[in-house]
Amino acid sequence: MAQDKNQNKDKKGSEKTASGMSIQRRTLLKAMVGVPVLGALAFEVAQKNSYDISKKKRIVKELGLNDIEAPSILKSSSKDKRDLIRVGMIGFGNRAKALSSALGFLHPLDTKNRRDSGSLENWLEQDDLNVAVTGICDVFDLHAENGLATARNEVRPGNPPASSIPVKRYLNYQEMLDDKNIDAVMIATPDHHHAPIAIAAARAGKHIYCEKSPVQREWELNALYDAVKESKVTYQLGHQITKNVIFQQAKEIVKRDILGKITLVETTTNRNSASGAWIRHLDKNGNLLPGDEKSIDWEQWLGNRPQKPFTVDRYYNWTKWFDYDMGMIGQLFTHEFDAVNQLLRIGIPATVSSSGGIYYWKDNREMPDSLHCVFEYPNHNLTLLYSGNLANSNNRGRVFMGHDATMELGGSISITPDGSSTRYKKQLAEGIISPSEPMITMNPNSGKVDAVTSATEKYYSSRGLTNTFVNGKKVDVTHLHVKEWIDCIRSGELPTANIERAYEEGAAILMAQKSYLEKRQVKWDPVNKKIV
Amino acid sequence: MKNEQKYTTLQLTTLVVLRLLIGWHLLYEGLSKLYNPSWSSKGFLSESQWILSGFSDWVISNSSVLNVVDFLNTWGLIAIGLGLILGLFARTAAIAGALLLLMYYFNNPPLIGLEYSVPTEGNYLVVSKTLIEAVAMVALALFSTSSVFGLDYFISKLKKS
Repeated sequence: MAQDKNQNKDKKGSEKTASGMSIQRRTLLKAMVGVPVLGALAFEVAQKNSYDISKKKRIVKELGLNDIEAPSILKSSSKDKRDLIRVGMIGFGNRAKALSSALGFLHPLDTKNRRDSGSLENWLEQDDLNVAVTGICDVFDLHAENGLATARNEVRPGNPPASSIPVKRYLNYQEMLDDKNIDAVMIATPDHHHAPIAIAAARAGKHIYCEKSPVQREWELNALYDAVKESKVTYQLGHQITKNVIFQQAKEIVKRDILGKITLVETTTNRNSASGAWIRHLDKNGNLLPGDEKSIDWEQWLGNRPQKPFTVDRYYNWTKWFDYDMGMIGQLFTHEFDAVNQLLRIGIPATVSSSGGIYYWKDNREMPDSLHCVFEYPNHNLTLLYSGNLANSNNRGRVFMGHDATMELGGSISITPDGSSTRYKKQLAEGIISPSEPMITMNPNSGKVDAVTSATEKYYSSRGLTNTFVNGKKVDVTHLHVKEWIDCIRSGELPTANIERAYEEGAAILMAQKSYLEKRQVKWDPVNKKIV
Repeated sequence: MKNEQKYTTLQLTTLVVLRLLIGWHLLYEGLSKLYNPSWSSKGFLSESQWILSGFSDWVISNSSVLNVVDFLNTWGLIAIGLGLILGLFARTAAIAGALLLLMYYFNNPPLIGLEYSVPTEGNYLVVSKTLIEAVAMVALALFSTSSVFGLDYFISKLKKS
């Protein structure tokens, strides 16, 4: 009995602990309620990732785009750049500031601004090209002073030792070209000086980086070509767009015939502001920008063009007159032409017809603010269209139209299949791709091929063409273009925007301009190399 | 911390489910940003209007500040999401989450006259889902469940002993 009692006691005791433990276990389980939820989320995330990857892979692989990669070489080895190149800047306005920055020189004020905005560090990571800006030439004292201060700034990418070569101001470009201590020149003057200076520079044996447009008059076209060809200089035209990673991917897309036979390319300019229409002689408060006949050598600025009295308007807004520029053709279409020609290598058009007029900016200008040019390439079975407007900024993009797909190339690439495509018939029928949305977009920020992205992502990626991303790092495209020029000077290779491309571009824009002025279709005579 | 014992089972369950769902949403938002190397708050902030637009412009104009904001946003979302799901420091997580979402809301409030270039996925006037979720998190902070249904149970136990 005693034993029994004891047993009973034990039984009761163990019952108590068991229920206590189960209460505790339940409390613990309650406390851990989030853990299975977290597990479920992890499972879903993994499922989604593998689904996204397989979907992208399938489209990208079927199109044979799985091995498009961004270029990775950004810096030259120090061996490749042991010789210092001494650069002279001819013209030191806004564009020259950007070119200097690309070379590795900032005005001290810009150094400060960049430091304040936190963008100096990124600039300091730029490759040191082992160049020295040793000469500045500008007809305007203020601009020349800016140039000297820029060339002398010791805050430089790669932190090289300060140059021992003094920076000299030249009063005219011939004086600079005569100086044996200058190896190369960058021409960033108003356009009517580009060809005469480039021709003289080639004859003087100076390497040339010239801003667009390459020529303004027909006689300059062959003269420039011959001068560069007869010399040993490296000529690079200032079209930095080809250095964008996006552009190199577009090149692969064309090479792999993703678009099918391209018969139409549409290029556009869409601006709607005074500055966009080249009215740039006023500051933010509406006051005239600095400059008068005392501080500007007006005779030299005019060059071989007809005598005109100095005005601040003419000095800053020279693009408005045909004596100095071809307006949208020279300033904007040149970039479009280069983009298309670098991609498709179409060369000089057989015929061009242009039309347009001054419909909105009715000031003292000669250049049209609405201009449309049709370039025919029967030998390539292709039409290139340019349509520029300065009174509406609706973005019409740059579009390559093929039988199988349409590619829009801007700050990003988007490729949309054509509903009647032969090549994608199967995929269209299966519903993997549809003509109502892009089948491929390439985002410059990631440099990766990205199939099927959201509308919002597409929207943001279509902005900005001034920088590109290589290996996740932001890089100035102008820097890459200038770097290519410097590398080619050292290696003797041909840069991308070489004299052949400049010749083709020069011929195309001269034809477009002539057609506009003479109100007729013009033809290219390939035998005599002239416009008829 | 005796609140939980006053709720009926149904009330308690509803509160816990709400907490788990919001936690799930924020955690996945954070993870998506973490997985997408090209994500930046720049696009969102450049759309900013109303009272916080000056602040947003300052953030965008300064790349190091933008990097900090991107980092805090991504990891903030992840931490808040984990806190709500696991019920760990859930009250702090809910308050932080409410503040974060209110910040989103005040950057892009759907008020009359404010136009955004990116379309919204619904139709909002003054009240948006972001605002509702923010207020729901305030409710979660006030009606806490984590000291029973969450790892906060262990913390309250530690405090007692």
